[in-house]
Amino acid sequence: MDKFLAMGGYAAYVWPAYAVFFAVLAGNVIATALRRRRVLRELRGRLQRQGARRPRVSA
Amino acid sequence: MNAFKLWYHKLGSPPYFYLFAGYIRPWLWAIALLLTAVGLYGGLVLAPPDYQQGDAFRIIYVHVPAAWMSLFIYGVMAVSAFIAVIWKPKMAEVLAMESAPIGAAFTLIALVTGSLWGKPTWGTYWTWDARLTSELVLLFIYLGVIGLYHAFENPRQGARAASFLAIIGAVNLPIVHYSVVWWNTLHQGTTVRYFGPSDIVPSMLWPLLVMTIATKFYYGASLMDRSRVALLSLERGKDWVSEVVRTERADG
Repeated sequence: MDKFLAMGGYAAYVWPAYAVFFAVLAGNVIATALRRRRVLRELRGRLQRQGARRPRVSA
Repeated sequence: MNAFKLWYHKLGSPPYFYLFAGYIRPWLWAIALLLTAVGLYGGLVLAPPDYQQGDAFRIIYVHVPAAWMSLFIYGVMAVSAFIAVIWKPKMAEVLAMESAPIGAAFTLIALVTGSLWGKPTWGTYWTWDARLTSELVLLFIYLGVIGLYHAFENPRQGARAASFLAIIGAVNLPIVHYSVVWWNTLHQGTTVRYFGPSDIVPSMLWPLLVMTIATKFYYGASLMDRSRVALLSLERGKDWVSEVVRTERADG
């Protein structure tokens, strides 16, 4: 396992390269998920406001 | 109208595309993850060290697929942008604009991983040679397309302007691709060929091909997710969007 992690002495280049690959691709996925939540929250608020505009019996 | 043409026209309709993308996205993600796991195992464990570069060559399994995707996604974006400018279907605009950030992500990965590969093999993180410079220009064009899209109040106007830029920027694609042929560069030439023998042994080659296909599926999956969000936002106020918002779970 140590031999594997050492990457024949190139660990300082190989592992950061793989880390960047996964970090950037994961960042894109997370950004999309956050945007989806934000858009859905906005749209839900919009729907509720539309619902509130209809005449209702006041409490 | 035959079945395929009918299906193609249906896909151009936002509510249908939203449903279709929602149906295929789990499959695309599953295949992307599975292939990535197989490719990583093949590349990091099974493939032998290179006789000149030792284990440093293993950066190839993230660098080359990312670099290929940076060009592939640009091609898809430019074609969608062209269709968007000529026939103005909304779906082509969405696919072009949502491809840009994914393409920019892969371009950034190609540049950084290439830099990390350059240090042990060339002795430098960066050099202004033709391949590296044209790939950096590619990143700037992607950022320009994204920036221009967001610079407009009206997203459709923004998509139109950014589509023009994407089409013009496509002249950089052959420059990136042929840079290693046209100029004397530090960057190596073509190793893997579609036609004719590749200059790489099978045990090193197959994980590279698996990672290449994995990144294609990642792009497809991310493009579906991004396009779905974009459609909800762009089509707000339409009945189908209200329907989706009502039925989605609160955390969706």
